[in-house]
Amino acid sequence: MKKQAINARTYGVKPWYDPRVRSLVYQTLAIALVFWGGWVLVENTLSNMASRGISTGFGFLDETAGFGIIMHLVPYDATMSYGRTFWVGLANTLLVSCMGVIAATVLGFIIGVARLSSNWLIAKLALVYIEVIRNIPLLLQIFFWYFAVLSNLPSPRQSADLGSALFINNRGLYLPQPVPQEGFGLFIAGVVLAVFAVVWVAKWARKRQLATGERFPMVKVALAILVTVPFVAYVIAGDPLGWDVPALKGFNFKGGITVIPELAALWIALSLYTASFIAEIVRSGILSVSKGQTEAANALGLPNRLTLRLVVIPQSLRVIIPPLTSQYLNLVKNSSLATAIGYPDLVAVFMGTTLNQTGQAVEVVAMTMAVYLTISLLISLLMNLYNRAVAIKER
Amino acid sequence: MLNEASGIDAQSSPGGQQPAVKPDIIRIEGVHKWYGGFHVLKNLNLTVRQGEKIVICGPSGSGKSTFIRCINRLEEHQHGSIIVDDIELTDDVRQIDSVRRDVGMVFQHFNLFPHLTVLENCCLAPVWVKKIPRKEAESTAMEYLERVRIPDQANKYPGQLSGGQQQRVAIARALCMKPKIMLFDEPTSALDPEMIAEVLDVMIELAGSGMTMLCVTHEMGFAKTVADRVIFMDAGEIVEQAPPQEFFSNPKEPRAQKFLQQILQH
Repeated sequence: MKKQAINARTYGVKPWYDPRVRSLVYQTLAIALVFWGGWVLVENTLSNMASRGISTGFGFLDETAGFGIIMHLVPYDATMSYGRTFWVGLANTLLVSCMGVIAATVLGFIIGVARLSSNWLIAKLALVYIEVIRNIPLLLQIFFWYFAVLSNLPSPRQSADLGSALFINNRGLYLPQPVPQEGFGLFIAGVVLAVFAVVWVAKWARKRQLATGERFPMVKVALAILVTVPFVAYVIAGDPLGWDVPALKGFNFKGGITVIPELAALWIALSLYTASFIAEIVRSGILSVSKGQTEAANALGLPNRLTLRLVVIPQSLRVIIPPLTSQYLNLVKNSSLATAIGYPDLVAVFMGTTLNQTGQAVEVVAMTMAVYLTISLLISLLMNLYNRAVAIKER
Repeated sequence: MLNEASGIDAQSSPGGQQPAVKPDIIRIEGVHKWYGGFHVLKNLNLTVRQGEKIVICGPSGSGKSTFIRCINRLEEHQHGSIIVDDIELTDDVRQIDSVRRDVGMVFQHFNLFPHLTVLENCCLAPVWVKKIPRKEAESTAMEYLERVRIPDQANKYPGQLSGGQQQRVAIARALCMKPKIMLFDEPTSALDPEMIAEVLDVMIELAGSGMTMLCVTHEMGFAKTVADRVIFMDAGEIVEQAPPQEFFSNPKEPRAQKFLQQILQH
């Protein structure tokens, strides 16, 4: 018996029983399979495209696009290139995504906390909101806001008029656009000065609190500084801001800033929908902190407000952040439903019109997918960094 | 520190000029509590003098924990009155907060804040509730951490400590508020046997400093050494109260006799 055992250890087991050899073989096979599959796909595509006479390459990006886009954040007109349509679409996607993430987070946190309120009515309202919104398909909700709500607004001639500078009609929301005039630099300087002053006062207040324990009414003072200093600068500079107020000319409004109904519908639907999920995530995060933590804080004399802020929320963040990241990623990807109502996002513009006109499917699809992948990975990276910062240390 | 009635070192020498009878610090009269239809506490009456050490024991489910949790209003009583250090516990939040500032509590499961270091755990309430400068709060915290013999762990997180160490931090954290009364809710029940002694040692030392203590525990050795009175509870009532020698050697009530038999059998 003993001899056998020694033999096995000295000469090793048979290679097909050795887990290390096995795993090496399996991994080699798997890699070979992946490469073979990739090669077949590329080979097949190239030969198909060659037989249909489709040219490959990114040369099409420099050709003239020749179509208009209803909303663009970067300068654009129909004489510009297909490459430019990519950037227009990307900017529109990023705009609606950023607006959506901010609104969904704020709304989601409020509703999540409301869901746990001891006030029966508030808790039940939050519950109804969550159960209704998260159980209806997002596409339906986008249609609802676009066709059922925003399209039924009055026509431009009967616009709802809010203080004769803001107009709402079925073609969008028209806002006055600020036009900086001479002396506006002074106002900007005032804003910058105010921000620096607030940072300085905050540092001083913190230092004083560490030294003497006295607390400083930071929020009130910061607000006062942020309002007063820029206002004084504005007055000294002599009202350096003009407004381009939209006005009805012919059948539609001209001038000012226009928020098109497609953007509004998509933004509202994305924010409300994602907020319902975030609310549940926030609720589960707060509930994940054990009752003993609240009791210990209360027993030390901390009032409920401070208990929530210093003890419960910091601990719930580590539970909230990973699923919150997924919701942000979902929101960005869901923004591609813009196509359905014609909001000119990356998918509608670049993978829609540009792809149809050029036929460069492989290149266009690859570029679009690469963009979503990059945005998603970037969000994940940032959120993971933040999560590591709030993680609880054990062992 | 010297003038504080609460520090471990304060009043460490009994006798001398101290008055013969100390004033009452807790008065509990006719307290009842229900959980729904379940009558947890039935007509409890108890007066505790300053500096007294009281051990509360009894079978599980007898309402011991609920009772001491009423003293700092972690549980609400529905009938009767509880007056702590001349402040009555009512629905008034300010009164509850000021009682909680004077009453420290140690829990069975420690309940340290896992996202803060040991030192931060000890400083949180002094800084935010008592508005003591952080430097001063830290030096007080270090003093108490030395008393409970873990100053070297000050910058670790609770998750990195053993159960006994965590419970000693919890005691230090409560003491940092310089309370007049300390409540212990089964402080050794969640500990491994070899760690119970280190926590009891700290509690015995604290008792020697003149702190008023109410302790729910099954550690009968601790009760014999430290307690001025043992209170036996069963089914939500105070069945018997007596000095420890009397209670352990000659319990009067049959329920207390049965309980003592059961726990002393092994």
